[in-house]
Amino acid sequence: MRDKAVEKGIYFMNGDHACCEGAIAAGCRFFAGYPITPATEVAERMSIRLPQVGGIYIQMEDEIASMAAILGASWGGVKAMTSTSGPGFSLMMENIGLGVCTETPCVICNVQRAGPSTGLPTNVAQGDMMQARWGSHGHYEIIALSPSSPQEMFDMTILAFNLSEEYRIPVLIMADEVVGHMNERVVIPDIEEIEIVNRAKPHAPPEGYLPYRPGPNGVPILPNCGDGYRIHVTGLTHDERGYPVMTADAQAQMVEHLVNKIVLNREKIIKTTSFYLDDAEVVVISYGITFRSARSAVEQIREAGVRAGLLKLDTVWPFPEELVRSLARNVKALVVAEINLGQMVREVERCAAGRCRVHLVPHHGGAVIRPERIIEGIRAALKRKRNR
Amino acid sequence: MKKRERRIFFTGFGGQGIVMAGDILGRASAIYDGKHATMTQNYGPEARGGACSSQVIISDEEILYPYVDRPEILICMSQEGYTKHVKNLVDDGTLIWDEDLVRPGKGNKSWNILRVPATRIAEEMGHKMMANIVMLGFLTAVTGVASADAVRQAIKDSVPPATVEANMKAFERGMEYGQAVLKSRSKGNG
Repeated sequence: MRDKAVEKGIYFMNGDHACCEGAIAAGCRFFAGYPITPATEVAERMSIRLPQVGGIYIQMEDEIASMAAILGASWGGVKAMTSTSGPGFSLMMENIGLGVCTETPCVICNVQRAGPSTGLPTNVAQGDMMQARWGSHGHYEIIALSPSSPQEMFDMTILAFNLSEEYRIPVLIMADEVVGHMNERVVIPDIEEIEIVNRAKPHAPPEGYLPYRPGPNGVPILPNCGDGYRIHVTGLTHDERGYPVMTADAQAQMVEHLVNKIVLNREKIIKTTSFYLDDAEVVVISYGITFRSARSAVEQIREAGVRAGLLKLDTVWPFPEELVRSLARNVKALVVAEINLGQMVREVERCAAGRCRVHLVPHHGGAVIRPERIIEGIRAALKRKRNR
Repeated sequence: MKKRERRIFFTGFGGQGIVMAGDILGRASAIYDGKHATMTQNYGPEARGGACSSQVIISDEEILYPYVDRPEILICMSQEGYTKHVKNLVDDGTLIWDEDLVRPGKGNKSWNILRVPATRIAEEMGHKMMANIVMLGFLTAVTGVASADAVRQAIKDSVPPATVEANMKAFERGMEYGQAVLKSRSKGNG
């Protein structure tokens, strides 16, 4: 079973399929989902691959149930995931919140397409970035990653599982139609070269054990169902025993804990990739498929003598606040390129806090931003006198 | 040195294997020719019959922007695809069409224009659905955009095992047709 899980080799593979291979390599053995363009290929391949490694694939009646099923599977002790696109992502929101509140490790891959509503099912967008952050009700933290190629779909799906197991939280892979449907070379390494994180298991005696008490890194050490511990799993505000407590104090303690286990570990969680930041007078900030256009734009404009740098957000949530704040102190302008009319740019503006110009290169969705538009954006940002 | 990128655009309708043709060409380049290759696809919400395209970039270096906005090789397997995309072909580009499916308009004089009855050849071989493979054989012969051996390997990887032999024959027929066209041209010029 094990060698079937990591089929080492060099492939020409689309991003959706690479996501599946990453998931199975990371130890995912349960998938519940409802097919939707452009994420159908994830479900399709999982339905073929999971039975080969002793896993379970279930096609659910909808995305609400899909999300519920992976939470249940995770409590059963299995690494679990689902995949979807915009309309399904909206339906998953309530149960993503349940996963956050119950501290349930799981992975959700959103292959973004253009919305709102049914929108452009077969075309690209990055319009769900703020929904990823705030789509479920209440105040919470979340982890979201943004892959820019099929290889990164493989690598980041492994990372998503590792983060979800370590911090006991749903982790979102915010992919997009182009990355999902694009075929490129994908190198699947030897199983020995893949770092896998598995959730910590309790060793304390069941008597007097407090399942929801935060462990050393702020994350509770929870048993799986059937491990011999008494465990109560609820979306109601609960105490360290896991039992509902309907008071403002309990609410403060629980929400503080859910937020802090991510915020206080953010340096370990956040990953970014930098290009030419040392001498940059203007820095482009981008993520996912748009990063590739941004990189092309930065390489071209540097040849023309403009000292441009590039920051790629591998992790989009939590947002790299400290880094963007320090960039804002040292550059004339930050340029944000994204396939929406301004979502992550709000975070950049918040962190820049007026210390430098912030210029948006937006796109309504349906196509990838052309590098020329980002070059124009860099030039416009450098020329602009005041902030928008 | 300016980096060398080849930009190829396949267009047709759903069910013709347009995306598969792009996938095979990209696979041949990325795995067997040792290049970088990116294949993207475009189609509508319909499963079959709607317009679709696949775009392949082959390069010695990492590929960034993934779309082919201005192809240097345009392969048309439907009238709609031809009409929609022919204006994007670069000067000195190569225009290839299936002669039974496309009635071309006025072209650009700088274009290298080639036509092939890919669907008819595939039908004569008893496998209409292999028109895309005949077209790949023709493309390989007339442009050399990927090596023939690499494309053969990629076809073997991509088609159902029971159809490998028939697909290889379809590829060779396309190659032969392309080589014959090149030969008759060089005679015509000499």
